[in-house]
Amino acid sequence: METTKLPPSSPSSPTTSFSVPSAEKVDGFPRRSMRRARQRRSHSSSQFRYQSSQVELTPLPLLKDAPVAELHDLFCKKLQQCCVLFDFLDCVADLKGKEIKRAALNELVESVATSRGVLIEPLYPEAIKMISVNIFRTLPPSENPEFDPEEDEPTLEASWPHLQLVYEFFLRFLESPDFQPSMAKRYVDQKFVLQLLELFDSEDPREREYLKTILHRVYGKLLGLRAYIRKQINNIFLRFIYETEHFNGVAELLEILGSIINGFALPLKAEHKQFLVRVLIPLHTAKSLSIFHAQLAYCVVQFMEKDATVTEYIIRGLLKYWPKTCTQKEVMFLGEIEEILDVIEPSQFIRVQEPLFKQIAACISSPHFQVAERALYFWNNEYILSLIEENCQVILPLVFATLYRVSKEHWNQTIVSLIYNVLKTFMEMNSKLFDDLTASYKVEKQKEMKRERERADLWRGLEEHQDRRMQMLTEAARNQRNLQERGERGDPTTPSSPQTAHSDQPEPKPSGASSSSSGAGESAT
Amino acid sequence: MFGAVNALGEALVCQALHRGVKTQQRRREGPAAALLWQKPRSAAQQRHSVTAILSKMAGADGDDSLYPIAVLIDELRNEDVQLRLNSIKKLSTIALALGVERTRTELLPFLTDTIYDEDEVLLALAEQLGNFTMLVGGPEYVHCLLPPLESLATVEETVVRDKAVESLRKISQEHSPVDLEVHFEPLVKRLASGDWFTSRTSACGLFSVCYPRVSSTVKAEIRQHFRTLCSDDTPMVRRAAASKLGEFAKVLELDYVKSDIISLFTALASDEQDSVRLLAVEACVSIATLLPQEDLETLVMPTLRQAAEDKSWRVRYMVADKFSELQKAVGPEITKNDLVPAFQNLLKDCEAEVRAAAANKVKEFCENLPEDSREQIIMTHILPCVKELVSDTNQHVKSALASVIMGLSTILGKDNTIEHLLPLFLAQLKDECPEVRLNIISNLDCVNEVIGIRQLSQSLLPAIVELAEDAKWRVRLAIIEYMPLLAGQLGVEFFDEKLNTLCMAWLIDHVYAIREAATCNLMKLVEKFGAEWAQNTIVPKVLGMANDPNYLHRMTTLFCINALSEACGQDITTKQMLPVVLKMSNDQVANVRFNVAKSLQKIGPVLDSNALQTEVKPVLEKLATDTDMDVKYFAQEAISVLALA
Repeated sequence: METTKLPPSSPSSPTTSFSVPSAEKVDGFPRRSMRRARQRRSHSSSQFRYQSSQVELTPLPLLKDAPVAELHDLFCKKLQQCCVLFDFLDCVADLKGKEIKRAALNELVESVATSRGVLIEPLYPEAIKMISVNIFRTLPPSENPEFDPEEDEPTLEASWPHLQLVYEFFLRFLESPDFQPSMAKRYVDQKFVLQLLELFDSEDPREREYLKTILHRVYGKLLGLRAYIRKQINNIFLRFIYETEHFNGVAELLEILGSIINGFALPLKAEHKQFLVRVLIPLHTAKSLSIFHAQLAYCVVQFMEKDATVTEYIIRGLLKYWPKTCTQKEVMFLGEIEEILDVIEPSQFIRVQEPLFKQIAACISSPHFQVAERALYFWNNEYILSLIEENCQVILPLVFATLYRVSKEHWNQTIVSLIYNVLKTFMEMNSKLFDDLTASYKVEKQKEMKRERERADLWRGLEEHQDRRMQMLTEAARNQRNLQERGERGDPTTPSSPQTAHSDQPEPKPSGASSSSSGAGESAT
Repeated sequence: MFGAVNALGEALVCQALHRGVKTQQRRREGPAAALLWQKPRSAAQQRHSVTAILSKMAGADGDDSLYPIAVLIDELRNEDVQLRLNSIKKLSTIALALGVERTRTELLPFLTDTIYDEDEVLLALAEQLGNFTMLVGGPEYVHCLLPPLESLATVEETVVRDKAVESLRKISQEHSPVDLEVHFEPLVKRLASGDWFTSRTSACGLFSVCYPRVSSTVKAEIRQHFRTLCSDDTPMVRRAAASKLGEFAKVLELDYVKSDIISLFTALASDEQDSVRLLAVEACVSIATLLPQEDLETLVMPTLRQAAEDKSWRVRYMVADKFSELQKAVGPEITKNDLVPAFQNLLKDCEAEVRAAAANKVKEFCENLPEDSREQIIMTHILPCVKELVSDTNQHVKSALASVIMGLSTILGKDNTIEHLLPLFLAQLKDECPEVRLNIISNLDCVNEVIGIRQLSQSLLPAIVELAEDAKWRVRLAIIEYMPLLAGQLGVEFFDEKLNTLCMAWLIDHVYAIREAATCNLMKLVEKFGAEWAQNTIVPKVLGMANDPNYLHRMTTLFCINALSEACGQDITTKQMLPVVLKMSNDQVANVRFNVAKSLQKIGPVLDSNALQTEVKPVLEKLATDTDMDVKYFAQEAISVLALA
């Protein structure tokens, strides 16, 4: 049975987590502040497009004053009242109505959070309807098409004063001791969850924070939706990786998954392994990796801690997607590798040490000192060091040449001294092997150069051969044509060009003559 | 000679054998990891491992054609991706040398086996295989290319998959109808029922290429598969199907378009995900084109109306973006009754993105309206919306409108333009956003034809001056680029009076790109107004800058001379420009001096040989002994190019 942990943080007071308003930050670039001012002005208005004629709200009596017999009825009326949407782009429009709705929402939140016995069955559809009407909307186009979550200020949701209270109500509703999953599941269905997931693309971090906690509660309480939620998250990620490269809520979804993975039953189901290999690992290729890398690495390590046998898939996956040009990402990868090595089982380590340390050696010789430095820090980690020591016979020969060369060549003094430390460590670990490698370094180097030369010679020889062959074939083709012109059948050699190959000299069908190339292959052997 | 070649050949084979064995071991050690959870290969496929190739090769020692495959194996196993990539890119050379039979029996199975490689290598492979038909023996054997391409079409990475599908589509044309049914169609079916979304996505692109050439039973199967994919569980596959719906509809018989495609279209257009719905809009264009007019109303229009009012702005945006195509596809009657109001709504949409997309289509939409009611529709329905857009809150909307609005004048004629459009042009010329003004100015030619530019010139001038001095250099650059056009339309008098000063001021702009563009602008003006005009208005000012204390301005003189000499002709160049250039060879700044050398090289062809020998040559010879190495270099270069040595 799968279980879920409580989410890492609960946004009971989400406003505090979202700190200083952007306008108060000092910004040296006037253009950006201008742009921001514009963003401020123009928020989403999709929500109001289909709003039928605006209803005038009239304040209802307070819930706490209502007689018990009328409480549910009043609660229901307030829910209906809260289904009216207001235009927050125009900040002075219908202030009275906005205030009435705000007060009603506050009351609803409070009532659901504190009183017992409020949540009776007929209220479920009304509550879910109120939530749906308020939160489900097509997110507006981003004000800034090149929105960079690390650099730019997010566009904030204009209707947040109401929206926050609706989210708060939803959360309290789910957390209420009176909450009955069996009743809720009729209304919180797959369609509902799908719309909820789409909202994770919101640019407003406050909204995503609420969504994260809410989705986690839904996952925890409505067991029937779990598989569906996981599948839809998969789809969002796959779309993000292979189609759009844009989704604002990847970090939040990963955070939820982090706690879900923790509850996976053992042995891992094929579905979960597939998720690891085909979704989580490819997520590392995203351009915006830095935004969600911490959460992603957490998920990956969770998987390893669950089931050590996935280690090899993870490491080989990371090596496959190792960044080729982005040093910043390389540093992140190295960080993740260290997190993985921190918890790796020695038996698994042996399976991956060879390709892994080839990559580490490549990182050490990176001209970018942060990459080299990050890789060399592995030798400061005691557990990793012990793994290296146990497998010194394999690892030292893999990295020795690099260490030796880089210690002489690197431009950055810190790197050079770090390498000396590493070399010293190796010397202490296995002085015999170290001496052997030092002694053979020059010879190896020369051998390597010789191999290079041989390769070059090889290619040169081949190209010459190719030229000669082409020449011969052209000639043969010409002769053949001449012969044919004289009405004789020439002895066909392989012709010079693919066109002539077909027209002049039809290949005899191979005996097994069949369709697939496998058939043809068999006849060849 | 051949003996040597054979010896080399044997060495190669040995080496390849050696490496091959090693790599086989390596692969045996971690095959699962390499393939991750990809489906295991069939036994038949596995039989074609390296061993088969190697044993063949060992038997056929001494055969010349063995070198390439030996190298290929060696290089394909190389740890350096770049080397692997190189050898894949030389694949056709290798196949050519191997001959068609061995390409089929050895090379292709071998390639099918190596498909777990890096995406970059796979991409190159997928591309190569699309052009391999002749190399495997022509259309008769083209089906041999299917197994490797099939694997490539299931790869995760989109670019690789797309390339594989592209190649498959290409080679499908080279299949005979029989082969198409025996080999190609089963492949499509396998892909369409693959268990991971990637293969099903790829299948979507293959239905339309095989459908027209197969028997009716197989056709029915293909339709069934397409139907299944349209309601696939994953949105990725539904998106792929939706994007191919139009293409597939085009190859279907009309009855099936009506019975099958319409229901699929309706379902996709009301998908729960807007990313699917918006693709159905694209398909709508093709489908509407296929159907007879009388069926459009019942089969297509309900869906299209719904899309134009979709709750997601992305779908509405798509409708706006495809509006002209939709308009042509549904014909004039439906346009009048349905599309005009829909277009009005899109122009008034609450999302700026949608309004901008619609604004972009204003001219095209109006142009394509049925002639009998065109003017009336524009005046009563479209123009009021356009007027509102002129003062839209969003600058992208305004600038989209500004880029097409001038085109309306040709449609509406002189009187309407003066009465209704001119005020809008003038308002946009004064817009706060420079892009809007630029877009108006760049389209002046349309108005010029209808009402003459004079109507605008009073408002035009302040707008141009303001843009010319805009703080953003890109804006200044843009206006400079329109100068020759404007000069042509406004005439030489107006130009001399109002714009000449601006053009000269750009020459001393503090941004190099502006100075460079200004130089080029002068050249175009001279081409337009003639050498005499140049001599009177431009050349004196340009040459005057040669004495400027700022060396950058002095260099600008040289750049102008480079640009102008040809347009001005030999006389002006020799008499007025050359003396200035020669004098500048004594400049203190080395950059100026080597630009003198470059200028002399440039204007040399315009000068006569006398001037070259007596005036240019001594100066260049002096520069060739300069203390600065760059000056020397360019002087020598000039001497050799002008053949003065």
